[in-house]
Amino acid sequence: MTSTLPPIPQDSAAPPGAAALEKEARPNALGRFGRYGGQYVPETLMPALAELEAAAAEAWKDPAFTSRLDHLLKTYVGRPSPLYEAERLSAHYRRPEGGPRIWLKREDLNHTGAHKINNALGQALLALRMGKQRIIAETGAGQHGVATATVCARFGLECVIYMGAEDMRRQALNVFRMRLLGATVQPVTAGTATLKDATSEAIRDWVTNVETTHYILGSVAGPHPYPMLVRDFHAVIGEETKVQCQAAFNRLPDVLLACVGGGSNAMGLFHPFVSDTSVRLIGVEAAGDGVATGRHAATITEGRLGVLHGAMSLLLQDEQGQVQEAHSISAGLDYPGVGPEHSYLQELGRAEYAAVTDQEALEALQRLSLLEGIIPALETAHAFAWLEQLCPTLAPGTELVINLSGRGDKDVTTVAERLGDQLAGG
Amino acid sequence: MSAAPASLASTPIQRRFAGLKERGRCALMPFLMAGDPDLATTRATLLALEAEGSDLIELGIPYSDPLADGPVIQAAASRSLAAGTTPTAVLEMLSGLRGELTLPVVLFTYTNPLLNRGLETFCREAAAAGAAGLVVPDLPLEEAERLSPIAASHGLDLVLLVAPTTPAERMARIAEASRGFTYLVSVTGVTGVRTILESRVGDLVQQLKGLGPRPVAVGFGISGPDQARQVRDWGADGAIVGSALVKVMAAAHQEGKDPAQAAAGFIAGLRRALDA
Repeated sequence: MTSTLPPIPQDSAAPPGAAALEKEARPNALGRFGRYGGQYVPETLMPALAELEAAAAEAWKDPAFTSRLDHLLKTYVGRPSPLYEAERLSAHYRRPEGGPRIWLKREDLNHTGAHKINNALGQALLALRMGKQRIIAETGAGQHGVATATVCARFGLECVIYMGAEDMRRQALNVFRMRLLGATVQPVTAGTATLKDATSEAIRDWVTNVETTHYILGSVAGPHPYPMLVRDFHAVIGEETKVQCQAAFNRLPDVLLACVGGGSNAMGLFHPFVSDTSVRLIGVEAAGDGVATGRHAATITEGRLGVLHGAMSLLLQDEQGQVQEAHSISAGLDYPGVGPEHSYLQELGRAEYAAVTDQEALEALQRLSLLEGIIPALETAHAFAWLEQLCPTLAPGTELVINLSGRGDKDVTTVAERLGDQLAGG
Repeated sequence: MSAAPASLASTPIQRRFAGLKERGRCALMPFLMAGDPDLATTRATLLALEAEGSDLIELGIPYSDPLADGPVIQAAASRSLAAGTTPTAVLEMLSGLRGELTLPVVLFTYTNPLLNRGLETFCREAAAAGAAGLVVPDLPLEEAERLSPIAASHGLDLVLLVAPTTPAERMARIAEASRGFTYLVSVTGVTGVRTILESRVGDLVQQLKGLGPRPVAVGFGISGPDQARQVRDWGADGAIVGSALVKVMAAAHQEGKDPAQAAAGFIAGLRRALDA
């Protein structure tokens, strides 16, 4: 199976485009990761994007901002999240000669149950700095919506969440959570009524209310500076992982594994390791019913260069350039685009991307539940599913970290619909 | 007028605005979505709009994810796509009107379908079909730098947009880089029908007019004769009417009437208002 992956840099002293991997070059001054990224938005938003970029740059240099963020990450979010050794999962993949040791970065233990709160909290603090009292956001699985509603409640900000009508049905629990937190959940029925359309609608709201509103975009997608901004607020995942690996086994990990829809949890984990070229970075996309069926969300695997929601990146589109409907059992991965930095890391050969089907993700969700007593989110289960292909290829003693990006409570209904018959007898 | 540099009167759009200026007339520029409800209707409507006194036409190529459009034009794009409209078919229809339709046609399209076809190929094909210009609402100044010279090399004017949120210094750079005319977005928002125009639009028109001789057309939110006249009185060189027209056509179609005829009646009213 590894033959389907792009080549891995072998010589850590001279990886392809070493200078291009430096943090300062990602993105460049024009908001580009190589040819990806940029700002393809209505003119109305351009001043707001410039304001946001300047506000973020200032905030990161302001100890009052960073210390408040750190304090809230610790006391409100519950960071650092543990790095947990998954002994029974490791044993499951052990061969006679040995196998990888699997570690789980427990973002599922964060307040609100996923990594999304890292970014929502950071951006809410930025909004306060910019004097914006109204917050909007898009959500797919509802995790980003819940995280945004949560921080808005915490800071007394007005909150409107755009969510596809189809996703509201799939993620009814999260819709109720957002409403409990005081947010208005605005159903989006246009197009495919999923994350893509919710994002378009959020951008339209922002175009209309830009002077009073901050848009907390929830992935490493969208126009510059969002891919950088969201990544930087999630980089705490990778930074903690680096320290925790040092403490646990006294060196860098060998492999990092994460699911990729827009790609925020993966980018947060990867970012501090991008210039450590001995570390393999693997993102796992949603293959839905299977890439060959056309019903999937495997953007990096199957997409072509395009522009969606303000950024140039890989994109699922038809031969006329119309954006295609994505398909995944997981609402959070059901997106035809992907963050521009992922397209860039793939093009450089620095990160590898694979795809697993709905069925494989469901099996992985059950496996982790049974072996470790942890029910992962369906999104996260995609990363676990790739272990089936990956582990047999890894040398004994390989240290492997998976980003356990979210917990599966929200998905229980979906999983029950699919597995109902099998579990009913138990 | 003879003092104007030749470069300002070298494309169909520029010549049209120069001619209107001589006659002291404000350009009427309707927008319609190609292929809504079908391309035969679009063809008939284009001819009817010219007959009723339109000066330029903005022709939308339907796109699956129209970020800058409100519900009315989104719905029109969805209907058009559902009817199977493709960019190729729109250009073929336009090509078939050569000789019959004489007013300049500005294509309204988003970046992705353009990029997908290839900037060079798209511009060549659009020019060959008889288009005079392009409006790409998700391509701000910085990202337009690549497309503008390619469009110009095919004789197409790439029209850039200015918004109420655009700072003065940036407005000057956009006005400088825009070709054909400068498109002033009259609202902080997406396309749609509004009942009132913000008075700051008048100041923005004056600000833009002060930057040089390039014509200024106002769009997004002009819904009827009163607003068209208001825009003219503020000193604009053109009034763009989109969602209101699309709505009139959709309503006619739904009632089993001829959308082209309904469009003609609506535009005739606007023409009278602008000439009054």
